[in-house]
Amino acid sequence: MSEVYVKDRELVVPGQVIAKGIDFIPSSGTVREGDSVVATMLGLAHQKNKIMRVIPLVGPYFPQVGDQVIGRISSVGFSGWMVDIGTPYPASLSVRDAVGEYVDLQKTDITKFYDYGDLIVAKILYISKGGNIRLSMKGPIYRKLKGGKLIKITPSKIPRLIGKQGSMVNLIKTRTKCLIIAGQNGWVWISGERRNEIAAAKVIAMIDEESHTTGLTERVEATLKKLMGDNNEL
Amino acid sequence: MSYEKRFDGRSFDEFRPVEIKVGVIPRADGSAMFKIGKTVAIAGVKGPRELHPAHRRDPEKAVLNVYYDMVSFSTPDRVRPGPDRRDTELSKVIREALEPALLLDKFPYAGIDLFVYILQANAGTRCAAISAASLALAHAGIPMRDLVSAVACGKVGDKIVVDLTKEEEDYEEGATDVPIAIMPRTRKITLLQMDGSMTPEEAKEIVRKGIKACEKIAELQREALKSVFEGGNNE
Repeated sequence: MSEVYVKDRELVVPGQVIAKGIDFIPSSGTVREGDSVVATMLGLAHQKNKIMRVIPLVGPYFPQVGDQVIGRISSVGFSGWMVDIGTPYPASLSVRDAVGEYVDLQKTDITKFYDYGDLIVAKILYISKGGNIRLSMKGPIYRKLKGGKLIKITPSKIPRLIGKQGSMVNLIKTRTKCLIIAGQNGWVWISGERRNEIAAAKVIAMIDEESHTTGLTERVEATLKKLMGDNNEL
Repeated sequence: MSYEKRFDGRSFDEFRPVEIKVGVIPRADGSAMFKIGKTVAIAGVKGPRELHPAHRRDPEKAVLNVYYDMVSFSTPDRVRPGPDRRDTELSKVIREALEPALLLDKFPYAGIDLFVYILQANAGTRCAAISAASLALAHAGIPMRDLVSAVACGKVGDKIVVDLTKEEEDYEEGATDVPIAIMPRTRKITLLQMDGSMTPEEAKEIVRKGIKACEKIAELQREALKSVFEGGNNE
């Protein structure tokens, strides 16, 4: 007998049975226990066909190959760097994956490219079976981020911050006239006039807290209007 | 002499009033305060994160570190700060009560640090610690197959009771303290200890009542977790 016990986007807690039936497929945020599908995270239950999952409202970053992430150089090696991206262990970035030109490692000090403490935007190239993460910066958008402000939000809220086709983040970018780059790891970089950076940060924090609610876009628009003054630009 | 009426007037199957708050430590990845009667436990979680020293890392799963400590003002007589042998044992016992519920294989080589402090002690401290810890881990987003709920049951004189107070533990005609922790959905026991003596029949009855009480506590824990995102924002 198949039955789903929760409504779509209902808030569930770990241990809560969300469906019963062997034909349901437990996806992320759930686990199969006997013939039940049980939530493993605090979040919103979601069903697509027979696939049950829980969209977490809390929790660490689960890295996936292809993710765009923001990181901080945490150590400099001979042929590459270690980068803190908020996972339990730092990711590695080798010179080969970071720099387009030929680098003679015997003669070059790679800190001329990236040094300890630098903020970068990169892509996850590969995750080994043991969990080692390799990054790549090959591509026009991947670069060092100078200046600006870095804020960290719950990684699972990044999709809401970006919005459908980037609608939410573009709204904030145009109204605050700031550059905003969001990493799937929950790290968000903002760059613009100091006052505007602060306004953008406030709005992003609001999305972090309220991502699970409805009518968020309207409230974000209203808050932006209040913080930035009435702006005729859209 | 028979223990006819409980010192605080509760019925024998009733646990003390419970107050729970999730998200009480903003800088922690997850946190919760669990108060039962006068016993107050506060738990904070950091992780998953790098585990030191390296030889403790497990390639198959995260390692849970539990640090249980009572603050010096938690008891009527000042307790010396820092962990003592009892705290070390309780740290182990609490870890073993929580581990069966956690899906630690999602974070190989990592460590999860759980700190639980007893701010005020009036019996049932390890149970309050476990209940608080389970919530803190859920708040931190550590995947788990169920919460863990705990309460200290036992015998005071000749009566089987739920949730003993310090006064009841020290009952001069004898008392037995049986802390119990369960994963509420499946009613699987993850902690069962006994300090005192009881007959096999009493044991069955105590465990039965303990499981029932834990299930009620689980319901309170679930509400507290939901209220982080519903209605009142606890941050």
